[in-house]
Amino acid sequence: MDLMLNQFLFLGAILFCIGVYGVLARRNAVMVLMSIELILNSVNINLVAFSTMWGVASGAVFALFVIAVAAAEVGVGLALVLMLYRNMRSIDVDRVDLMKG
Amino acid sequence: MSALLAQTTYTYLPEQVGFWMIAILMVVAALRVVTTKNVVHAALWLVVVLAGVAAQFILLASEFVAVTQVLVYIGAIVVLLLFGVMLTKAPLGRSDDLDGPKVQKGVAVVIALALLGMMGWVLAESWRDTKLDLHGRTVGELGQTTGQLSDSIFSTYLLPFEAVSILLLAALIGAIVLARRD
Amino acid sequence: MPYLLDKVWILPAIMAGSFLLILFFGKKLLARFGEKATASIGIASIAVCFILSLFIAGQWIQRVNHPPTGADMAAAEEACLGPSEVAAEEMGVEVYAPAEHGEASHGAETEGDHSTEADDGHGTSEPADGEATTSDEHGAAPMATGESAAAATPTAAAAEPAAEEGHEEVIPVCASMTWFESDHIDFEVGTVLDGLSAMMLFTVTMISLLVHLYSLEYLHKDVRFTHYYAFLSLFSASMLFYVLSSNTLQMLVGWELVGVCSFGLIGHWWEQRANTDAALKAFLTNRVGDTGLIIGVVVLFFATGAASFNVFFQNQQALSGELNTTLLLIAALALFWGVTSKSGQFPLHTWLPDAMAGPTPVSALIHAATMVVAGVYLIARMYGVFWGGLEIGDSSIHYVAFIGGFTTIIGGILAFVQQDLKKVLAYSTISQLGYMVMALGVGAWTAGVFHLFTHAFFKACLFLGAGSVSHACHHTFDMREMGGLRKYMPSTHKTFLIATIALAGIFPFAGFWSKDEILAGAANGQGDKAYTLMLVMGLITAFMTAAYMGRAYYKTFRGEYRGHGTPHESPKIITIPLWILAVFATVIGLVNFPGHIIGAVDDAGLAHRFEHYVQPTFAFPTDLEVAPFMYWLAGLSLVLAGFGLAIGIGYFAKGEPLKGMTERNPLARIGYVFLEKKYYLDALYESGIRDTVVMPLARAAYWFNMKVLDGIVNGLGVAARKFGTVLYRYVDQGVVDGAVNGTGLVSEESGQFLRRLQTGKVQQYGALLFGAAVILAAIFVLTNAINA
Repeated sequence: MDLMLNQFLFLGAILFCIGVYGVLARRNAVMVLMSIELILNSVNINLVAFSTMWGVASGAVFALFVIAVAAAEVGVGLALVLMLYRNMRSIDVDRVDLMKG
Repeated sequence: MSALLAQTTYTYLPEQVGFWMIAILMVVAALRVVTTKNVVHAALWLVVVLAGVAAQFILLASEFVAVTQVLVYIGAIVVLLLFGVMLTKAPLGRSDDLDGPKVQKGVAVVIALALLGMMGWVLAESWRDTKLDLHGRTVGELGQTTGQLSDSIFSTYLLPFEAVSILLLAALIGAIVLARRD
Repeated sequence: MPYLLDKVWILPAIMAGSFLLILFFGKKLLARFGEKATASIGIASIAVCFILSLFIAGQWIQRVNHPPTGADMAAAEEACLGPSEVAAEEMGVEVYAPAEHGEASHGAETEGDHSTEADDGHGTSEPADGEATTSDEHGAAPMATGESAAAATPTAAAAEPAAEEGHEEVIPVCASMTWFESDHIDFEVGTVLDGLSAMMLFTVTMISLLVHLYSLEYLHKDVRFTHYYAFLSLFSASMLFYVLSSNTLQMLVGWELVGVCSFGLIGHWWEQRANTDAALKAFLTNRVGDTGLIIGVVVLFFATGAASFNVFFQNQQALSGELNTTLLLIAALALFWGVTSKSGQFPLHTWLPDAMAGPTPVSALIHAATMVVAGVYLIARMYGVFWGGLEIGDSSIHYVAFIGGFTTIIGGILAFVQQDLKKVLAYSTISQLGYMVMALGVGAWTAGVFHLFTHAFFKACLFLGAGSVSHACHHTFDMREMGGLRKYMPSTHKTFLIATIALAGIFPFAGFWSKDEILAGAANGQGDKAYTLMLVMGLITAFMTAAYMGRAYYKTFRGEYRGHGTPHESPKIITIPLWILAVFATVIGLVNFPGHIIGAVDDAGLAHRFEHYVQPTFAFPTDLEVAPFMYWLAGLSLVLAGFGLAIGIGYFAKGEPLKGMTERNPLARIGYVFLEKKYYLDALYESGIRDTVVMPLARAAYWFNMKVLDGIVNGLGVAARKFGTVLYRYVDQGVVDGAVNGTGLVSEESGQFLRRLQTGKVQQYGALLFGAAVILAAIFVLTNAINA
């Protein structure tokens, strides 16, 4: 019953894939943002697991950076969603196809 | 590497029980986040996942990151997301238009499973027998005390830290500019 | 005046400040006090820069006359080579130890003697002393430092010629600071001041100043007056920054900055589609070349031991003969690819004629005198690399020299068929740039740089003259709507004529001296090999240059006025810069007067001044030969140029009805007796005297004139025209432009295909991204598993 590194890594991987599913399958922009949070958190689990394994602070420091960046990302992301809502009266990401070639 | 080589006879039973309970709860909650038909429920399930992540950090002896996780994620980001839900007048109850069409969901499932398979294979190949030897070691020995983290941030990672500060400032300004009504 | 040579960064800083001032306050000043207020910021800044550059040139001359010795010299040398050597040695990279280290101690011993001897120690008579005394090991007697360098170098024998020229080693003045440091490599920003950059400073600031003044009238009441002056300032700043750069990275920055300014100024009148197209074409063509430059910089960095980007360090390494020659060749060719676009060399020259869509003063400043010579400057600055990479000293043909020679001919022929006065000048510029590149290619460093120097003045004069003409003729550049402007615009006519003669290379105007040096350099070659093919190309071009300039001159200023309205002379603010440039076009060639034509000049120590002050002695090929003045070659090129001018003018004069023949052509009468005689005989013939005065001699002369000369004149004219048309239509527009357009077409087609993938749906992009990541990861994992 040893504590394995892979336990944590697999947990991260599963969360990551669930997040990816959410990003790809959800229509609502806020839901997409939530799924992105899942992905970022799965990465944090990996970072902290490695940090503890090697006994150095670097991984945890990067996890903190990821948290900070995630906060910024949510802030800007929600501002964009608000703009989207204001201009299109909807936050369905598949209705936004202005970049269509 | 020293953590790897140390031999112990400790069974890690409490840790294992804790890990698996939290892990299963997290996976279920994460699945609910991406499948529920209610936006507010999704946000609340997300809180469960985030709290689970914080618990895993505690298990990994990384207390400061865990506290930050709770403060920033659960305290700020989820609240921000809920504000987003309300400001965009999203349906507060059940709604069927949160998901894309069936084809899209199918493709997403296939890609997510392929990704999982890929990562699972690589992880199983690379870290198969790597053990986490935590027992009997102080948080300091694992490099996770708040002091060690701050030493690291303000010496080795000073430049990235400043860059992240600027990024946050820029994001703040950007969010204000974007969301301003004019 | 304080010592300026290590503070030259002030010049680009002043211009950058001027740019910012005009950018932020220009519009307000314009609205409040009129155009002159805005322009005066730029004019005052560039005038200050011009004065400073005069002082800088003076101080550089002082430095060459009294070169630093001993510890000063060692310090200057260390400043120029940068700390890279130490770093490289730490890294364990094999670095060629420069011989000058040993010499520094030599210098210290002889310091006392040296400073007294330096006064007269630079004449051509000096080396005899130097050679005689070097047998003394400690060199207590006056000793040319170049000589002692030669003694210390492993290749002492090869270094002899440099010492014979009487050049002491003068270390450039370098100032630098560390920009950032990465893995033992210092990335520096710094300035270099040596003869070459001092010369460029003078040229750039002077022509920029004149253009600033000229534009005041030319762009009067323009819609984007402020924008224009802001860009002029920015351009001057970037160009000064570029010529003062001490390392290749910095040069890259300056190079791109001048490109951006060029883009902005070509598209100055962007309301017309043609102008924006021209600007885009110039920018994109230059991007193609810039890619080569970036590759060259990187390859060169690694070829010279991955220790430093410093130009002197790289030159020295390249000349040490211990580097991988293949790598060096690749670096030189990649750098030359950048030169090809910036300096309009074949096959990337097509943007330059189109760039004439910009305002004419801009064409004079950027696309004739300064920016387009950035490529030539690059070769001159990195000469050690080109010398080592292309083995210039041990070859009779190589890529750079050939492309230079080929470009001169291509540009010259194309100039014949243009009806647009500015385009004639543009193709002429291409041709002359080819001349400079060819000169550098054949090892005639001074000749190439000297031609750059003289060409800047007379070509700027021609462009500004063309602008003045267009100002008078309702803003047209079409020569079919000109003609006869001599009567209406006396000042413009005279200055244009002077510049035309200078460009054609007629004695004693500026072009003659520099062109002749290039030809002599090609004829002499390096070592025991002459660059014969390049010599022939140069001679052909000498002839053609005169001919097409004669044609352009005739069509613009002679004959009858074919436009509408009455042209008028331009105001003083336009003609004064023209006159200044014309004076320079007349006399500037004398700065490199070859001494032994008039012995007195030689004795007074006034010969080869340009070479003496500009040609580097530090990190420069020591076995470079400077060709002597050759009477036969000078005579030949003079005859060819005169013949060319006569044909250019005569052909079109003959195309006119009777009036053109009877009109006395003073130019032709003075210089070109043969053609003139034909006109006399024609007149005699028509008066019926032919029958009465039947002298065999006259008859023979007449026959000779009619059949031989006329045949040659007409034949050559027609042939050149035909050939030029064919070349222009099929090669230039068809092949070269076709290739460019073809590339565009292919991208468009493939774009149309790929367009279907671009649904604009974020999640589809996400799915593709993650799917691709999975597949890529699978490939990596599988290949790893198979290998393991």
